[in-house]
Amino acid sequence: MNRREFNKSLVTLSGLGAGVSLGALPLSVFAAWPKNAFDAETTDAVAEALYGTNGAEASDAITFKAPDIAENGAVVPISLEADIANADSVAIMVANNPSPLTATFEMMNPGKPNVGTRIKMGKTSQLIALVRAEGKLYTATSSEVKVTIGGCGG
Amino acid sequence: MAIKCKAKMQGDAVEVKALMKHNMETGLRKDSKTGEVIPAHHITEVVCSHNGNPIFQCNMGPAISKNPYLAFTVSGPKAGDTIQISSVDNKGETDSGEAVVK
Repeated sequence: MNRREFNKSLVTLSGLGAGVSLGALPLSVFAAWPKNAFDAETTDAVAEALYGTNGAEASDAITFKAPDIAENGAVVPISLEADIANADSVAIMVANNPSPLTATFEMMNPGKPNVGTRIKMGKTSQLIALVRAEGKLYTATSSEVKVTIGGCGG
Repeated sequence: MAIKCKAKMQGDAVEVKALMKHNMETGLRKDSKTGEVIPAHHITEVVCSHNGNPIFQCNMGPAISKNPYLAFTVSGPKAGDTIQISSVDNKGETDSGEAVVK
């Protein structure tokens, strides 16, 4: 076997390995940056890549704080609070961004999530949150945030 | 120590606020002179640790604004404890900061 073939077999092997471990532990894959989820182009695909399911239950316990009108899409301050005990993971998505996922938040000491950041929005869109608590996935959609100047370059 | 951060007790939990310095290039923008795409360069992970143990992690995509601001509440640390915040970007560059819980 020459070097090139050897490298090829390594790639195949590691690819298989990743597939197996993902299949066995969909909820505990952690620490590595979830590139698949950040590259996904639909919110369902993000949920699938992050949590292995898109069957999230709609919840009233999740509240967003976001402007109704964001003048500058490059800097939109948002925050999220959820009255859900023992949550350990939160993901915030912008439905109309080219890649919807903005960030995920992982809590090693599960509790009620309360997170805030500033995000870029390409155009007027709703925000969608996913919160995982005790293996269950909850979701909520915000009211529309109007963007007058997009923030995704171009 | 380029990450500015503050930590304050809020009941039983600690409210942490952090401000990082980073360009957060999306990889979608084009250079207006050359027309070439500016490669993506953004923070990927921010970890908050207490006594050397990670207690909170944020995975960021390129859709987080330039000079990221991050606020979160986390349980564990008590007043007087020190928490560390560190970040790494998609080119492997790291940054860090720390704060004493008030």
